[in-house]
Amino acid sequence: MQTAEPELEFRDVRKSYAAHAAVGGVSLAIARGSFAALVGASGSGKSTLLKMVNRLVEPDAGSVRFEGEPVASLALPALRRRVGYVFQSIGLFPHMTVGENIAIGPRLAGEGLTRARIGELLELVELDPEMVARMPDALSGGQRQRVGVARALAGEPQLLLMDEPFGALDPITRAALGERVSGLHRQLGLTTVMVTHDMAEALLLADRVLVMDRGTIVADETPRALLAGAGGPIAQGLVAVPRAQADRLAELAR
Amino acid sequence: MSGLWSTLPMLGDQLAAHVLLSASAIALGIALALPLAVWASRSPAVARTALGFASLVQTVPALALLALFFPILLSLRAVFGEGLPTLGFLPALLALALYALLPILRNAVTAQANLDPGVIEAAHGVGMSDWQRLRLVEAPLSAPYVMAGIRTATVWTVGAATLATTIGQKSLGDPIFAGLQTQNWVLVLAGCLASAGLALVADALLGMIEQGLATRRPALSFAGLAAVLLGVGLAFAAQAGSTDERRIVIGAKGFSEQYILARLIGRRLERAGYAVDYRDGLGSAVAHKAVSTGAIDILVDYTGTIWTNQMGRQDNPERDAMLTEIVAWETRTSGTHVLGRLGFENAYGLAMRRERAGRLHIGSIDDLAAAAPRLTIGGDPEFFERPEWHAVRSAYGLRFARQRNFAPTFMYNSLQSGETDVISGYTSDGRIEADDLVMLEDPKRAFPNYDAIILLAPETGNDPALVAALRPLVGAIPVEAMRAANLAVDRETDKLSFDEAAQLLARRVGL
Repeated sequence: MQTAEPELEFRDVRKSYAAHAAVGGVSLAIARGSFAALVGASGSGKSTLLKMVNRLVEPDAGSVRFEGEPVASLALPALRRRVGYVFQSIGLFPHMTVGENIAIGPRLAGEGLTRARIGELLELVELDPEMVARMPDALSGGQRQRVGVARALAGEPQLLLMDEPFGALDPITRAALGERVSGLHRQLGLTTVMVTHDMAEALLLADRVLVMDRGTIVADETPRALLAGAGGPIAQGLVAVPRAQADRLAELAR
Repeated sequence: MSGLWSTLPMLGDQLAAHVLLSASAIALGIALALPLAVWASRSPAVARTALGFASLVQTVPALALLALFFPILLSLRAVFGEGLPTLGFLPALLALALYALLPILRNAVTAQANLDPGVIEAAHGVGMSDWQRLRLVEAPLSAPYVMAGIRTATVWTVGAATLATTIGQKSLGDPIFAGLQTQNWVLVLAGCLASAGLALVADALLGMIEQGLATRRPALSFAGLAAVLLGVGLAFAAQAGSTDERRIVIGAKGFSEQYILARLIGRRLERAGYAVDYRDGLGSAVAHKAVSTGAIDILVDYTGTIWTNQMGRQDNPERDAMLTEIVAWETRTSGTHVLGRLGFENAYGLAMRRERAGRLHIGSIDDLAAAAPRLTIGGDPEFFERPEWHAVRSAYGLRFARQRNFAPTFMYNSLQSGETDVISGYTSDGRIEADDLVMLEDPKRAFPNYDAIILLAPETGNDPALVAALRPLVGAIPVEAMRAANLAVDRETDKLSFDEAAQLLARRVGL
C-alpha cells in the first residue's frame, strides 16, 4: 500500500509562540493511503503541526511537503482547496444552506457543484440528500459535522485533515461518524491525518498512531504495537486509560 | 393648537432640505465607516484609533461641531479656492457625517469582533482569499448589526440636522429656532413633530432592511431600500426644482429684530424682481464673516459690534467718525459695502425693572457697581464673551454675585421672574417699554455706539439694481418703529409672524 514518495512530509518544522515552543523540530513522513492519528494532551502541539499543512499556521523554520512540493511555494487558496479540512468547531457558514456550504470550495475555484453531486456527497456522509436546502441551525451537531466532512470532500482531495473532528459530539454520534470516516478513507483511497486527544479513538480508527508531547513526537507505532506495550512511558500512559476502562467493562460483563 | 395643523404643511421645503441633508450625511458616514471598519477588523491599532476618534467627535456638542466647520472651511479656501462654500450645506454635511460615523463604525467593528472564530477559521481553511472572506462571510454575517448602527446614526442625524439652521442650512430647525426666538410654541412644536416624524419613518424603513438581512428575506430588505430611495428621490426632485435661479441670501442673527429686518429687505428685493432666501439664526461672528466672504449677500449689523469685535478697537469715538472708519476698514479688508445706517440704534445696555432700580436707588451703571456684589446679571449667550462687556466691567469695576446666560427671549423672562436683577438689554427692544424696564445711564461711555447698518457682500454691492432697491431703507427706520415691530413678535399674546411684523414696519415708516 505504501509507495516510495510520501503524501506528506515534515522536515524539522518548528513553531514558537512568545518563547514557548509549540512545535520543536518535528520530522515525519506520512505515506499515501495511510490513516495517521496525532494524539497528545492539549498544548502538546498536535493542532499546530496539523495546521502547518494547509498553512493556517506558518512554521518558523523547516518545511512541509505535500506530494513532493513545499507547501510554502503553493498558492494559498489552491493548496487549501486540494486539502480537505474538518474543523473541531465544525465552522459551517450559518448564512448558507447545507448545499451552499458543501459547494463552497469548488465555487471559490470557479467550478460549482451540480445538485446531483451534492446529493452524492450527502449520501457519502449518510445524510438525506433532501437536506440540501436546510440551514445549518436546523441540523443536529452530528448532522452538522457530517456536512463538515462532506464539505471537506467536495473538492475530491487526496489528503483529509481532521482537527478533533468528533470532539463536540455525543458518544453515539461520535462512534457512528468515526466509523463512516474510516469507511470513506478506504473507499476514496484518502490519506488521512486526524488530531485527537482520545487515544481510544486513535487506536480504533488509525493505522498509525503518533504521540506528541511538548512539541515533539515521542512515539510512532501501529495500534497493535502500542497495545502490546511499545512506544515508551508517555504513549503507554495514554493507552493505559482506555485499556483500564476496557478491562473494567469486561469485568462488569462477567 | 389649531395653528399646528396649518403650520405643518408649510414645512414641505424645509422637510425636503432636511431629508436631503440627513440622507447625504448618513451616506457619507457609511462611505467612511465601512472601509474603516474593514481596516479595523484587520488591525487592532486602527480599531482603537478609529473608535477613539469617533467617540471623541461624539463628545463635541453637535451645535459646536457644526459651527467649527465654518472656520475650518474658511481656512481650507487657501487650498480649494474662494469658491469653497463655508456656510450652508457643505459644513452641515461634513459635521453630521462625522456625527453619524460612531454608531455605524462601532456596530461594524463589534460585529466583526464577535464573528464566530470557528467560522472565520473555516473561511481560511476552505481557501478563501481576504476579499472572498469579507464578501462571502464577514459582510453578510455583519450586515444586520451594521444596519442597526445605520439606524441609530439615522435617528441621531435627523435630530441633529435641525441644528444646521444655525450655520445657514435650511432644515426643520428653521421653525424651531424661529419659534424659540419669539416663544411661538406652535412653530417649535411643528418643527419638532416634523423632525421626530421623519426620524420615526426613516427608522421604520431601515428596520425593515435590517429585519430582511437578519432573517434572510431579501424581498423585505429591497422593499425597505426602495422606500428609502423613493423618499430621498422625492426630496431631491423638490429641492432641485427650486435651486436653479440665483437667489439673494439675506442673513439674520438669532434675535427678532434681525429676522424682521431680513424680511423687510427680502420683500423689497422680491418686489424688485429678485429671488431671495434667508439664513436665520447666525451667530454674530459667523454672520459678519459670512457677509464679508460672500457666503451670504446681505446682513444688518451694528457699528459697535464691528468696532469692538471685528476691528478689535477699544477707543470710543463719536458715531460719524466711527462709521467713517468702519466703512474704510470694510473696504480695505474685504471689499464689503456699507450701504448706510437704517436710522436707529440697537445699543447694548444694562437694563433693570423700573420698580427694582428705584428701590435700590440705581439710575446709572455707576450706582449699579456698588450694589452689584449682591445681584445676579443675565446676558445673551455671547454677551459675556464680547469685548464691550469686558470694557464696561473694567470701566465701572462691576462684580456680580452670579452671572447667567439665556437665549434673548428668556433673558427678559428671567428679569420678570426675579431670577436675574440686571440684564444685557437691547435699546431697540420692544420689551424695554412693554416690561417697564429702565436702561441704566452710561456716564463713562463705556458702551460704544450701535447704529444699525446694512452690509452688502463684496460682489453683491456691485449690483446697481439691488443697491437702488435697498437705498430707500437708509435712514428710514426710527427706533420707535423698530421697537413696535420687535414687540409685535416678542409679546406673549397676539404675536405676529416675522413677515407680518416686517409689513407692519414697512407701513409704519411709509415704505
